[in-house]
Amino acid sequence: MIDEILTIILDGAIYASWLFIVALGLTFVFGVLKILNIAHGGIYALGAYSTATLAPIFYSLGMPEQFVVLTMLISALAVAIVITPIMERGILRRFYGQDEVLIVLVTYAIYLVLEDVQKLIWGMNSLYVSEPRELLGALEFGSLYYVGYDLALIGLAIFCGLTLWFVLNKTQSGKIVLAVINNPEISGCMGVNINKVYLAAFFVGAFLAALSGSFTAPLISVQVGISVAVVIESFAVVIIGGLGSIPGAVIGALIIGMARAACVHKLPEAEIFIMYFCMAGMLIFKPKGLFEGVQARKI
Amino acid sequence: MLRNLLNNIIFQSVFLMTTLILMGIFIPNWLVFVVTKAIAYGLVGLGIITLMRGGLVSFGQGFVFGIGGYSAGLLGVHAGLTDAILLLFISFIVTGLVGLIIAPLLARYRDIFFAMLSLAFSMVLYGILIKIDAIGGSDGFVLPESTYFGIKPTTDYADYVLYVVSILVAGFVSILLRYYYNSTPGLIALAVRENELRVEYLGSSAFKVAVLNFTIAAGLGGMGGALNGIALGHIDPEFTYWTTSGEFVFISILAGYLSVPAVFLAALLLELVRSFSGRYFPDTWQLILGVFLILSIIFIPSGIGSFFKNFFDTFSKNKKS
Repeated sequence: MIDEILTIILDGAIYASWLFIVALGLTFVFGVLKILNIAHGGIYALGAYSTATLAPIFYSLGMPEQFVVLTMLISALAVAIVITPIMERGILRRFYGQDEVLIVLVTYAIYLVLEDVQKLIWGMNSLYVSEPRELLGALEFGSLYYVGYDLALIGLAIFCGLTLWFVLNKTQSGKIVLAVINNPEISGCMGVNINKVYLAAFFVGAFLAALSGSFTAPLISVQVGISVAVVIESFAVVIIGGLGSIPGAVIGALIIGMARAACVHKLPEAEIFIMYFCMAGMLIFKPKGLFEGVQARKI
Repeated sequence: MLRNLLNNIIFQSVFLMTTLILMGIFIPNWLVFVVTKAIAYGLVGLGIITLMRGGLVSFGQGFVFGIGGYSAGLLGVHAGLTDAILLLFISFIVTGLVGLIIAPLLARYRDIFFAMLSLAFSMVLYGILIKIDAIGGSDGFVLPESTYFGIKPTTDYADYVLYVVSILVAGFVSILLRYYYNSTPGLIALAVRENELRVEYLGSSAFKVAVLNFTIAAGLGGMGGALNGIALGHIDPEFTYWTTSGEFVFISILAGYLSVPAVFLAALLLELVRSFSGRYFPDTWQLILGVFLILSIIFIPSGIGSFFKNFFDTFSKNKKS
């Protein structure tokens, strides 16, 4: 019984931390740019693919295998560096200030393009990079065994969340971003270069998406179609927590992670739609999420 | 006299419908099928532009699309009901009722929240559908061949008969919708789009408008789903998936909310781009579709309908002067 509860909590926490990293980028981009980015899932997949490509190259160099983590970081960074100028500068910039739903549709189009770009570059075959997962060995909890790498994901999620929170609230550049979130026009008048802030924010979001992809690559077979599920799952997290809220993303990821883990162990039939169920339920009772902001009424 | 006749909506529609039906005899079979599918998608798109007139965009029309398709399919398989026209009508009623039930819930929300809640509904349905093995799970099931007033057309003519039926249905729906758009609740929707609060202060209910529009959109979505199911002869949970809903939103954005026929044109464009790129670039059709979406949003942001409207406005102005 206790074992079962522990399993659910640990499985839930691992799943939640993975969800959190994806959703963090999504919610941050929405907070700053007011764009709900469907293509976030595509960037996630690119991150996974680039790790699956770079990690074997790294292993062929014969360096100490701990440094593979560095390779994963670099591959995520590379994806973000390539994708940000194309998406933000090239396409999304044209649509700032337009209807939110229209921009969602634009990102949907970019998502479609990214799907096929993956196919064109990496083909239809599955790629595997399971080596990094053996890096940290296994850990024992009572009678349960967990792969150390999976548990390290929890640490990574906490690290990402805290870093972003710290940068936003405790540094000057972070406070500029907060100012832009609150009111882009006034911040522009005060001399903030809004375009730069948008670019940086989008870069951070894209990096977080690619990062989660990189660190998930060892857990899955990297293949066509891994991005589809991610889109809706991270949407659900962000909707539950409230769009644009970091604490909200934590709570949302935990709710969905735990609900899903409980379902896997107790009610496997419901596994697929439990998260949509959570999302619909939350929208019905608190449509703007748990951490909604106050908005002025326009007359 | 002639001018009045030319400007008459019913005359225009009947003329267009007759032309299309006659054209159907000469165009190749694949195009007949593509047009039928485009009409199915266009019906759903019409539902979304009905909502758009009130300032709402549903990102989950796959929900009603799926319900319509499945109700037509299940009636065909289990109740032996194969009359296509009856099935279209029944699925309109069924999804309209479903829409009426969930509309009060959805109508409280605006903008992205409305879009997301409707998306959540469609994804819950998707999750349920792929789990029910009795109706085929993720594979879906095959529909029996449809009949028309008790007559089953031979396979050579089945596509063409369905084409004729779908054009008649689309024309009929378009005429009714045009009258609805010009009626009081239809015009209040436009006012809600401009400024909801003022509409409320003036004594109309934005909530009621949203409920009515959503119900209409749901009925049309269901009808489109049934038509699509009948045309394909097969139904699966993909009908309710969010990527399908995304295509509907695209159709309505490409068409714009100004013109009814533009919706069918947009749907036809989407279907043509899809079937051409699917045929000639089978591995990269999504890429082509995506680029097509982005370009059309950049270059025609207010939709094909805005061309139509400008064209007809100048046309009627010239005639008057």
